[in-house]
Amino acid sequence: MLVLLLLASIAGSTLWGGFEAFKTFGFGFLTSTEWDVVGGHFGALVPVYGTLVTSFLALLIAVPVSFGIAIFLTEVAPPWLRMPIASAIELLAGIPSIIYGMWGLFIFGPFMAEYMAPWINDNLGALPLIGGLFQGPPLGIGMLTAGIVLAIMIIPFITSVMHEVFRTVPSALKESAYALGGTTWEVVWDIVLPYTRTAVVGGIFLGLGRALGETMAVTFVLGNAHQFSASLLMPSSSIASVIANEFSESYTDLHRSSLIALGFLLFVVTFVVLALARLMLMRLSRKEGL
Amino acid sequence: MSNESLYRKRAFKNRIAMVLSCAATLFGLLWLVWILLTTIIKGASALNLALFTEMTPPPGSAGGLANAFYGSALMSLIALLIGTPIGLAAGVWLAEFARHSKLGNTVRFINDILLSAPSIVLGLFVYTGVILPMSALSNHQIGFSAFAGSLALALLVIPVVVRTTDEMLQLQPSTMREAALALGVPQWKLTLQIVLRAAKAGVVTGVILALARITGETAPLLFTAFGNQFWSSNLLKPIASVPVVVFQYAMSPYDDWHSLAWAGALVLTLFVLMLSLLSRLILLRNRSH
Repeated sequence: MLVLLLLASIAGSTLWGGFEAFKTFGFGFLTSTEWDVVGGHFGALVPVYGTLVTSFLALLIAVPVSFGIAIFLTEVAPPWLRMPIASAIELLAGIPSIIYGMWGLFIFGPFMAEYMAPWINDNLGALPLIGGLFQGPPLGIGMLTAGIVLAIMIIPFITSVMHEVFRTVPSALKESAYALGGTTWEVVWDIVLPYTRTAVVGGIFLGLGRALGETMAVTFVLGNAHQFSASLLMPSSSIASVIANEFSESYTDLHRSSLIALGFLLFVVTFVVLALARLMLMRLSRKEGL
Repeated sequence: MSNESLYRKRAFKNRIAMVLSCAATLFGLLWLVWILLTTIIKGASALNLALFTEMTPPPGSAGGLANAFYGSALMSLIALLIGTPIGLAAGVWLAEFARHSKLGNTVRFINDILLSAPSIVLGLFVYTGVILPMSALSNHQIGFSAFAGSLALALLVIPVVVRTTDEMLQLQPSTMREAALALGVPQWKLTLQIVLRAAKAGVVTGVILALARITGETAPLLFTAFGNQFWSSNLLKPIASVPVVVFQYAMSPYDDWHSLAWAGALVLTLFVLMLSLLSRLILLRNRSH
């Protein structure tokens, strides 16, 4: 009832607010890289690209790590260790995102600039094909840093979903696999994972939804540059960070409208991602009911 | 012979996987420790009584965050006052009256999405839906306001409360409901006085979790409550809040602002962690009954 209404009105109002921008720039809004406040030209490609790249990087790091933690919690750790570690990881989810941002800006950024970036430049920058991704001045803030900070933020979410669905696997299944002489790894990879596959993907999507919409942490460490660059070490901007930075300083209607239009894009994308995640998670719980 | 090498290969693979999984856990915990430690060390050195008694200073002079704390507390309180009844009502409706209906499932689904929707979009929504009309109605007298900030936070409270209320009510045994109905208790009385009372601890946990969520929220407040250098308790004026002040001060080039930001961050973190511990305690105590 009310909740449903709320969602519809959010979508409606952001669409209405962004209408002017969509009207002015048409489809070009999505494909233009220009973002010129004074001249009044706005294109969404750079923020969209920045959002996608940082979220993708975050997933790339967070998924294997979460998977490892979930295995550790369900199969490897002795029972007395499970509770404390699970709650510690959940604590990580409770820390406000602005703390991650500050930490990223003051501690992790300089750390990246001093130690990681030069190393990456020297070793990975020389590689053919992907070398271009890793070249650039060691600024410390940029897409790679943002991706890593995002990864830390979404690890708890993905881990807790994986941990929960791993526990729904019937122990009869696991025990029979062990009885046939399977190693722990084989049980996880061949029994647990196929059984929970859709839900695991759902959990990953849930994390992706978080990463896409995360604002504060990214605003701190992304550097907010409206330029398109191939290197992961260069600053960029994401949808959410652009809105956070410029909204209260936007004086022309067109500028404001463009920002709201960006918000609408973000809303649609996260809505789709989260809806997919929920549907996948629901499929497992239905299987459980059988 | 080949049998044995196969064995060895499998055992080796297993060993690697297990080591990696332990490493992943350590990796995850490392960040937790690192982040908490820096916050505590940096924050503790700037923590003093003035933090709670003095206003936010201009750069270069001493001061505290008193007005920001006040603003945060005020807005959170209003957000809870608005959000809790609505969330509670929707949760009760979902669990008691629409448990398996199609509409109920749709609302539940939408609510789950709303639960993790990006908070900055909610801020935009309040901006276009509340601030612009109010500003137009009042001839640009009322722009950013504490009330709008509270509304944005309330939008974050609602899904959390709906979710926990719904879940906690569904956990209550149906025998209890049937026993009450068999005694001739009307449905509304059953819901309010029996089921809701039995699930009280869970519902309270939901509200605490919602509070924990909104205390750290910055994004929706940036362009609803905006921020204020001075003490303000006028709901129709911009008001300061801890996360926004921390954001602005941390982005600034001044060292004394940085240390204030760290102090604010420390207080925020401790408060949120305390709330989540509290909610866990309530749940644990309830379960042991």
